[in-house]
Amino acid sequence: MSFLQTRPSAKWVLSVGLILLAISFIAGSARGAYAISPFELLNVVWSALSGAADTSPQHMVFMNIRLPRLLLGVAAGAALGLSGALMQGLFRNPLADPGLIGISSGAALAAGITIVMGSVWFPDLPRTLGSWTLVVTAFTGSLAVTLLVYTLSQQDGATRVTLMLLAGIAINALAGAGLGLLTFFATDEQLRNIQFWLLGSLGGARWSAVALVGAVVLVAVCAGMSLARPLNAIALGEAQAALLGVPVERVKRYAVLVTALAVGAVTATTGIIGFIGLVAPHCVRMVAGPDHRVVLPGSALLGAALVLLADSVARTAVKPAELPLGVLTAFVGVPFFLLLLRHFKSRL
Amino acid sequence: MNVRSLMDFQALDTRAETQLGVVEVKVVIGDKTLLAPITCAFKPGQVTAILGPNGAGKSTLMSVLTGQRQPTAGHVQWQGRALQDCPTAELAQVRAFVAQETQVAFDFAVREVVELGRYPHRRQPSQQEVGIPMLAMQSTHVGDLADRALNTLSGGEKARVHLARALAQVWESTSPAGVRWLMLDEPTAALDLQHQHRVLQLARTWTQTQGIGVVAVLHDLNLALRYSDTALVLADGQLLAQGATSDILTPERIGQVWGVAAYPVSRGGFLQYVFEPSAWLP
Repeated sequence: MSFLQTRPSAKWVLSVGLILLAISFIAGSARGAYAISPFELLNVVWSALSGAADTSPQHMVFMNIRLPRLLLGVAAGAALGLSGALMQGLFRNPLADPGLIGISSGAALAAGITIVMGSVWFPDLPRTLGSWTLVVTAFTGSLAVTLLVYTLSQQDGATRVTLMLLAGIAINALAGAGLGLLTFFATDEQLRNIQFWLLGSLGGARWSAVALVGAVVLVAVCAGMSLARPLNAIALGEAQAALLGVPVERVKRYAVLVTALAVGAVTATTGIIGFIGLVAPHCVRMVAGPDHRVVLPGSALLGAALVLLADSVARTAVKPAELPLGVLTAFVGVPFFLLLLRHFKSRL
Repeated sequence: MNVRSLMDFQALDTRAETQLGVVEVKVVIGDKTLLAPITCAFKPGQVTAILGPNGAGKSTLMSVLTGQRQPTAGHVQWQGRALQDCPTAELAQVRAFVAQETQVAFDFAVREVVELGRYPHRRQPSQQEVGIPMLAMQSTHVGDLADRALNTLSGGEKARVHLARALAQVWESTSPAGVRWLMLDEPTAALDLQHQHRVLQLARTWTQTQGIGVVAVLHDLNLALRYSDTALVLADGQLLAQGATSDILTPERIGQVWGVAAYPVSRGGFLQYVFEPSAWLP
């Protein structure tokens, strides 16, 4: 009977996710403006592991450019996938995504302000922050706007998710308008910078950024995993979850905080990478069912794999030029999503 | 359950610390009084029915009893303590609630929903932990539906799944003297005739064999007469009567509260009524 829920085991799903991620990682390692053959790749990895001095161009490209980029992609995809699952579980709404609570729009607005007005309003900032200026302002912006949305959704000492949804939509629209105003005043070059930022890219990956974002995302994934069972209970509604002993208010605060930190850090470094947060949890749920103990880690794995795949297409489709990643995540994510939708639509 | 422990339960009955009490509870929202100051007590080992016409305050009383709503004045006494001072995680181990309707997000299977009832026991699982969800499902006749998606079931089947979840939650006593409570808001509303009786019979059996306390909002007075030991009658937020169900559900009171004429019939030792519209109705 098609009603029957015959689900693959959690172990199976997560193994497939890991294999998918490994394949994307290897594919991403080999492909690029400077192609590295599988044999050369093994050589590079071997010399890196054995500590031997290697000055071949493959080694330089892989260790200094491609590896940090791939790792940033893994962190970004994992953060977006996990946060999407957290937000959908928290809002009990399959259309929720991390952007909903203002993280992306806050970062975008702050990035826009920095690009267009930065030299006028805070000319001294680049002197202290250097190349980190945009990252720091974008991260601050995303946290500030998320905090605003969160504050607006408080009622009688509790967070109302409906209010949060509406406040999020309103604040997102406001930030969008602000960004629109900025593009109106922007010079052509600034406009191009904003546009580039809004479409996302892993191109700015350097080891320092990877270490920082990676650490934040790793903590977020671990923290997020502890919310799996409470989120399952919240599927019965907040009232019933509270009666099951779930500290609902704490779970909400925790989920928003984890999402804001992880996605804020990622977005500040890469710009806006759309669609992963929405699509990855759905794909996992369609195959593995809605248990958050599978959906949360599964979404992180699938999100990472999808970002890596999209990025390797972005790097190679029109090489040596690069396509914007945000465009590719939609191009890769949507067909994948539709394919699953066709196959599993009875489970929706 | 042996006779000895059943006697223990009856001995427990009279002790204040096993009771669930509502003390001078008042609920006012805006300028509307949903509950006038009400004082009443619920005993374990009994089915207590909360009765009354629509808008009488039954669900409001239930939400105060479960701690979902803070009363404007007064408090709920929970086994000798004020309810709001009891940790929710601790309460969840001994008290389950089934709402009138529970919307479940996402495509959870029946088994997964019932397993959520065991959430409060995740740190101290029972020795029968693995088997409890299935036993609970079988007791409400949804065992065959275990692998179905909840959202493909009918309203009555869903109601029985949520009842099974609540039963799983309080399946076993977590402490030797612990009294467990099952709170049901219109548990029979979506059920067919047979399951209405089965569900209330099940609740009654649990009170008798395990000393559990059941509090149920009911609309069907005949079901209340047949399966509840005591009852409260509410109207317009006032507590009109409380006591043994067959004592307080008199034809006079039914006429006064519900506006229907009640004609007693006796069948198998139970008082039951046939209802007819009162003379003033067309």
